[in-house]
Amino acid sequence: MFYREAGQFKTSYEADGQIFPIRQDRIALAVLLALALALVPALASPYMLSAILIPFLIFSLAALGLNILTGYAGQLSLGTAAFMAVGAFGAFNFVAHVPGMPILLAFVLGGVSAALVGIAFGLPSLRIRGFYLAASTLATQFFVVWCLTKIPYLTNYSASGVITAQKIVILGYAFDTPERKYLLVLAVVAVMALLAKNLVRSNVGRSWMAVRDMDMAAEVIGIRLMRTKLLAFAVSSFYCGVAGALYAFAYLGTVEPEAYSLDLSFRILFMVIIGGVGSVLGSFLGAFFIVLLPVILNVLAHGLALPTSVASNLELMVFGALIIFFLIAEPHGLARLWQIGKEKLRLWPFPH
Amino acid sequence: MKKSLLSLVFSLAAVSASAWAAPATEQFIALPSYRVGSYAAGGTGFYGGIIDYFNLVNLGGGVNGVKISWEECETEYNPSRGVECYERLKTRNGGATLVEPLSTSIAYGVIDRLATDKIPMTMIGYGRSDAANGKVFPYVFPLITSYWNQAAAMIKYLGDKSGGMDKLKGKKIVHLYHDSAFGKEPLPVLEALSKQYSFDLIKIPVTPPGSEQQSQWLQIRQANPDYVILWGWGVMNSVAIKTAQRNGFPREKMLGVWWAGSEEDTVPAGDAAKGYSAMTFNTPGNYPVMDEIRKKLYDTGKGNLADRSRVGSVYHMRGVSAAILWVEAMRAAQDKFGKGKPVTGEQLRWGLEHLNVDDARLKAIGAYGMLPPVKTSCEDHEGSGAVKVQQWDGKKWNAITPNWIIGDKALTRKLLEDSSNAYAAEKKITPSCAK
Repeated sequence: MFYREAGQFKTSYEADGQIFPIRQDRIALAVLLALALALVPALASPYMLSAILIPFLIFSLAALGLNILTGYAGQLSLGTAAFMAVGAFGAFNFVAHVPGMPILLAFVLGGVSAALVGIAFGLPSLRIRGFYLAASTLATQFFVVWCLTKIPYLTNYSASGVITAQKIVILGYAFDTPERKYLLVLAVVAVMALLAKNLVRSNVGRSWMAVRDMDMAAEVIGIRLMRTKLLAFAVSSFYCGVAGALYAFAYLGTVEPEAYSLDLSFRILFMVIIGGVGSVLGSFLGAFFIVLLPVILNVLAHGLALPTSVASNLELMVFGALIIFFLIAEPHGLARLWQIGKEKLRLWPFPH
Repeated sequence: MKKSLLSLVFSLAAVSASAWAAPATEQFIALPSYRVGSYAAGGTGFYGGIIDYFNLVNLGGGVNGVKISWEECETEYNPSRGVECYERLKTRNGGATLVEPLSTSIAYGVIDRLATDKIPMTMIGYGRSDAANGKVFPYVFPLITSYWNQAAAMIKYLGDKSGGMDKLKGKKIVHLYHDSAFGKEPLPVLEALSKQYSFDLIKIPVTPPGSEQQSQWLQIRQANPDYVILWGWGVMNSVAIKTAQRNGFPREKMLGVWWAGSEEDTVPAGDAAKGYSAMTFNTPGNYPVMDEIRKKLYDTGKGNLADRSRVGSVYHMRGVSAAILWVEAMRAAQDKFGKGKPVTGEQLRWGLEHLNVDDARLKAIGAYGMLPPVKTSCEDHEGSGAVKVQQWDGKKWNAITPNWIIGDKALTRKLLEDSSNAYAAEKKITPSCAK
């Protein structure tokens, strides 16, 4: 009823090609962004900001990075956490070793370092596919964490290999409270998500999808495989690298290399699978599901005054059951569910 | 969906905000615990011990009449969930006054937040050793003993075992370690001591989780060392013990870190673990306080552990020891800031910094000999540094050193000063004692 396109005419190519073709979507997104920018920092408690929303946004960004590689370009990767680690330790080192390094530039350079590592470890993708590629990206995971524990320079000679992220100061303005950190993370994530959304609609994005669907055919129609695949690795790793830097600087503060373990890579892969492979929105939904649902279940279980041991186990069981339920209900992820809902709404009340 | 999502978010916010408004009538402690996942065995035992002792204190009327309250939150040993738990619990019930995550990575995640939130954190037997310098880390307490003092004590014990520290000359000691921040933590101490006593230190890393160690033990067999220090944890420990047996390396020559010294590490290794020894800061055995816990809590069905036989196990005893020290800190803080009312996090920090739990006090608690006497100060947030060595006889742990062992504390103190001052310089902290 409210979600109807009737009367929305597109009279120019620009209007036809815009990101959100339906006016209601544009309004909803603008409202959501306005809420997130203005209302949330004012209303949400420091707990909400620093323990829920900041990690949610950071993991969304990491899932988005992996989604570009796995969902759009079809290259399975288990090295997400490694690229995040490169981004975090890269940014840390740029700030530590280059005097006067602006922090945002350090984030970008951290992302660029991750992109370079991504390109190097993306090379095998030119020869191998699918699960074999997953195994070779697994090597990235172990190699990067091994490097970080082995090369003292990378951790600024800290005895135990633990780094403490420097304070975030941009143009003399310190981002030290949860509100400010949240706004910074939100700004970075929003801008990068918009870029990603545009990128996947562009020539580059379409060639990624062509490669994903059948790389032989893509090659035949003139897509250069090497450039396309490596570009996917580079862009994806860049996103993961920035997410990793934010994870260290805006969220945890002090990090050991083990914080970027294989476990984290798997969690991000699950976010992509549950959220929706090949969907920008899916990255956010998946991060919401994997990061926040256990927390919500935990809060609910405590609200029911269950004994802690029961609550902890129940939480795992309900979480597992929900994953299975969602995957059976919609194997293409939450984003697909959302899309189906939207289609239904558009036709309502006259489904056919 | 978007709407319901937002409303959920805000109702959650409302829940946490309403919890903030409650006045403090009890001493509230935040327990970000883990009871599921790979490390559940340690988590249930440790937090079970803490809660058992809290219940015992509350049954006796609390600390000068102030009841202790606590709330657990499942972290699954995952740093981001641990931080979430810390943020969630810190404002509950008028504000948490103490936190103990029992996980190095979670501790690192919250360490920078403590001073702003004015909540002290204990790291009993783990975490960064240099945090013992209270001038740089006013809110962090690696109570009883740190990794560095433990490493120093290990070498002291091995020296004594060889018949004197000078006998260590030319001996070969393998440091078989979990290749992580945890495993690398003792390296500065071991390297310094290896220079001082000129023994050969062979460092062999094991990639976590360490469920396969054949190549490492081949290396050990070739080197034929006099001792192997096992600095591992989780599945790595039982695998190391079993692989040692398969390679014919006597377990009597193996010495584990205290994370490699619980029932959970030896029982899975079966017979192979017989004769294996490990460090501990608790003397295994039975104590009046444990009997009291059995009688007053487990006989009436109020015990926290599901399996009664785990009362007095290594992890449970560690939890009870932690809780004993906290309760003593509450007493100290109440003596200073007013008896009979809960103290704030800042005041409890003062209490933790002025702990003086001597043998007489431990006797009164019913835990004499269970843990070493602890006396803290602003310079020394650790308070002891004493450990014992325990050996597994196939069924239970037995202490094999009658007295507490203390390693070269002058050396660890110097390393600690250097390292914490470097940290202070990096973070632009001016070291000073908090009031």
